[in-house]
Order: sequence, then structure tokens, then C-alpha cells
Amino acid sequence: MARAAVLGRLSWRVGTVVALRDETSTARTIVLDVPGWPGHVAGQHVDLRLTAPDGYSTERSYSIASAPDGDRLELTVEPIPDGEVSPYLAGVLASGDQLELRGPVGGWFVWRPGTADPVFLVAGGSGLVPLMAMIRARELTGDESPFRLVYSVRDPASILYADELRRRARDDRGLDVTCAYTRMAPPGSPRPAGRIDASLLIAAGWPPDRRPAVFVCGPTGFVEAAANLLVDIGHDPRRVKTERFGSTGGSP
Amino acid sequence: MGIVSRGFGGRRRSSRPDLPPGQYLVEDFPVLSAGPTPRIDLGSWEFRVVTEDGSKRAWDWAAFRAMPSEDITVDLHCVTKWSKLGTRWAGVSLDAILGDIETAAEFALVGSYGGYTTNLPLEDLRSGQAWIAYAYDGGDLDPEHGGPARLLVPHLYLWKSAKWVNGIQLLDADEPGFWESVGYHNYGDPWREQRYWGD
Amino acid sequence: MSQLPLDGNALAGPLSEVFSVDVTAAIGECAHCRRRGPMAETVVYASAPGLVARCPSCEVVVLRLVRDSGRAWLDLRGLICLQLAIPDDPEAEPANGT
Repeated sequence: MARAAVLGRLSWRVGTVVALRDETSTARTIVLDVPGWPGHVAGQHVDLRLTAPDGYSTERSYSIASAPDGDRLELTVEPIPDGEVSPYLAGVLASGDQLELRGPVGGWFVWRPGTADPVFLVAGGSGLVPLMAMIRARELTGDESPFRLVYSVRDPASILYADELRRRARDDRGLDVTCAYTRMAPPGSPRPAGRIDASLLIAAGWPPDRRPAVFVCGPTGFVEAAANLLVDIGHDPRRVKTERFGSTGGSP
Repeated sequence: MGIVSRGFGGRRRSSRPDLPPGQYLVEDFPVLSAGPTPRIDLGSWEFRVVTEDGSKRAWDWAAFRAMPSEDITVDLHCVTKWSKLGTRWAGVSLDAILGDIETAAEFALVGSYGGYTTNLPLEDLRSGQAWIAYAYDGGDLDPEHGGPARLLVPHLYLWKSAKWVNGIQLLDADEPGFWESVGYHNYGDPWREQRYWGD
Repeated sequence: MSQLPLDGNALAGPLSEVFSVDVTAAIGECAHCRRRGPMAETVVYASAPGLVARCPSCEVVVLRLVRDSGRAWLDLRGLICLQLAIPDDPEAEPANGT
């Protein structure tokens, strides 16, 4: 930690894959061991650099999914069809492989325990990842800020961390989770499939007069629509922080 | 070079000895942009040449398309290292555009809808080296690739082939454009690998 | 295959090589329209031959970053100034981002 403070400027480090965990039929969590990891704050991300044998290299950003945990950090990757990097990370990368990463970076789209404000999380698809780090960090620190998550997904099979979210919502009175399905809602669902709208945000989120810290994350189109809805229903735009993943959700 | 990532190949590409140094061949046509894609209505499209003494010549879309046009096949080399060979375009040669315009200027600053600029010596726009292209691969040029019309100067790196072109200023003194003013090479010859300042 | 733009959170990694403090939370003032806001709210085009950040209000370029190996070029002409948070005690907090 002191070394990073003295050097300031970040450089690339090497992490080793120690475990892989399927989250859905396509998405996968990568557990990395990164010696000397300085720690991170929920919401931050890392840049990964992949290099092919001929020297060709490319970089992508991935949000950290885990709460701080020594030298360990987790990333969750949803592969995009025809993507250059995500199918490799979600399908080819194996335990024991190494990844070059730079980070943690990002000082704005972060949640730190201890502020006591209610927190309103709005996730579109893989945009849940940095928000899950916040949920996990909250539990780790015993923070009592009440959290409400609205999570927009295509269908129940696409829910990331499904069991964990179910368990946390059940066991923790300070966490409410509402899933909104865009393509296919489960039978008996109170709400038909469709994009999130103002009425859902009002019903499942915090009202503006509670002055929540709002975090919205997902593909660019989702974030713009959700942020506009939040402002329309009265949330202070200065309290709404957004992180866009680009047109296809996650990095390509 | 970073550590090699086991099993990572990246986008389909191949190196070939006939490519400029450091380039590889790609199969798709990557879209790189410094800003939103301008949506230009042909009814208000204009291409303007302004000489060093301020005199102007302008073409609206009809006048531009009435100019003699050529079908050309050229190789593209992007400074980000991808190349695409044998690309087919239709366009109006800059020789035709500049034809009877009187100028003693040595330099050109090319401008685009959206504010992008790029600079090059005027002689690099002449002698069959440059076109204002309006069609690609047999069809209208797509907005994301620079349509309705873009500059095409294939002997230089592709950032010089300004998309959404709307004019050229002829200048006595060179004026670095958008990328040239922030690190990219002022001339940009792929065969001498002139990517950045001082290369 | 065109990409929608990202936001200024995408500046965090590239600028961490240039600045020793986080820039995404820094407040920038657009030289064109005078809008003030966190750099995280800029509209970022990362698929260009360099990184370009534009004002979310007026779309004018506020920042450009080009990277070669061993050197970088940074143009901040589009900003009147940047207000950065710098921790008073460098030993107490890791400098970048956290």
C-alpha cells in the first residue's frame, strides 16, 4: 500500500487465476490472486491486457466483483458473441493462467461504507458486477446503509449470482432485490416482461426525499434510459452516478 | 511487450510481407471514431475549397455527383496497425476538384462535419493520389465509414482520409490537424512507419 | 459494427499512467460551454487512434490522450481547469483511485 502511494502512477501487475466459477450458462467469475494487491473500493475496475504470441495486444476494462480481500479479487465476464476478449476470458482462460492487469482505478463510481445514506442500485445485465461488489462490501463491513437493487435482465436464467442474491435478500433486512425481466418473466410474475419504467423504479427503489446515493451501471443505452427515468421521477442528478459499459454490455 | 496470454489469439489477422512495417491484415472493416457519427442531410451537404487568399469554390451534392467519377481499388493502412487490401471505392479525384482553382499554396487542411481536421501537403492530394469517395464496395458509403462522402488518400495512414469531409483550406503555412497536434506524425507514410512525432 | 461511446470512467486506467491521483472524480470546466462536472460524466470515444473525451453538454472535445510505447501526449485545451482531490497524507491512503 505504501509503495503504491509513493509511486503514485500505476503500472501493470500480473495476477494468477486460482479458481473459475460458472455464474450462468454463459457468464463466469474469474478468481485472481494478485501479489501485492493494494486493496480496492467497491465500484472500481481493472484494465486487463491480453497479448497474443505475435505481440498483438488489446486491453479491456472489467469491474471488480468482489469486496476487498487481501490479494484476491474476482471479475465476472459475460461473453459477447463475436467479442474479441470476453469469449476468451469466459471460455478459454484456465486455472493457473496469468492475466496482466492495471488497477484498481476509478474514484468516482465507488461506494464507501460509513456514509449511512440509503443506496439505490440500478443494474442492466452485466452492469450488476460493480454493484455486487458494493453489496458484498456492505456485508463485509457490517455497514447499515439500507440498499435497494433493481436488476434488469433478459430472463431468470441470465441472473448473475442468483443464489447469492436470493440468500442475501432473504437474510438481510437492509437489502431489497427486485428483478425486472425484459424478454421472459417467470410464470406468476407480478410484472410482465419489459424494460424498466418509472413505476418500477418508484415501487422498488428509494424515493427522492430519502436522498439516496444512486448507482446505475450497464450498457450505454440502458444507463441513459435509466438515468433519464430517475431524474424524471425526481432524483437529484448530482446524486446519480453512472457507469456505461458500451453498446454490448461489459467490454467487447 | 506484455506477458503472452496462453490461448489468446485476438481478432482474425495475418501478417504478410507485402504490408507496410508493423501492419497486419484484417477481415472486417474496423470503425474508429473520435466523436458521434454526423448525420448529414444530402440537401444541405456542401463541399468547399477555400484558397490561401480567401476565394471559395463550393459544390452541393448534385454538383459534386455531376463531377467525373472513378472506380478505384486501393489498400488501407490504419495507424492502429490493421490493413485492408483491395478495397473498392467510387469517388471524384482531387485533381478534378482542384482542377481550375488557382493557388500557390503548399499545404492543405481538410475539415469534416463534426469538427475533425487533418493536414497534408497539397501535392499529396494531387496526381491521382486522392479522391472524395461516396461509394464503397458497390454501395453508398455508410455513415459509420464516413458517408455521405469522405476523403481517401491511401498512400498515407488512414487517419488522413477524413470521414464526413466538408472542405479543404489551402494554406501557405502548415497547420496540424486533430491527431497531428497531439502526437501523431505530421505526414504519416505507412511505408516509413511514421506513426508518431519524430518517427 | 460501431460502438456507442463510454463515459469518463473509462479514462481512469489510461490516465492512471499520467496522473498519480484519480481523475474521474476530478471536476472539469468545459472551455466551450463552461459546464462543470466530474470527468466521469464526459462522453468517451475509446475506439479512435487515441482517447477522446467530450463535454456531455456541448460535445466539444475536452481531453485527448495518445499513447506510444514510452511516451504519451495529453491535450487538455478543452478544459479551463481541472479540480483534483489530493489526499493530504500520502502515506495514509494509496494514491490512485482507492
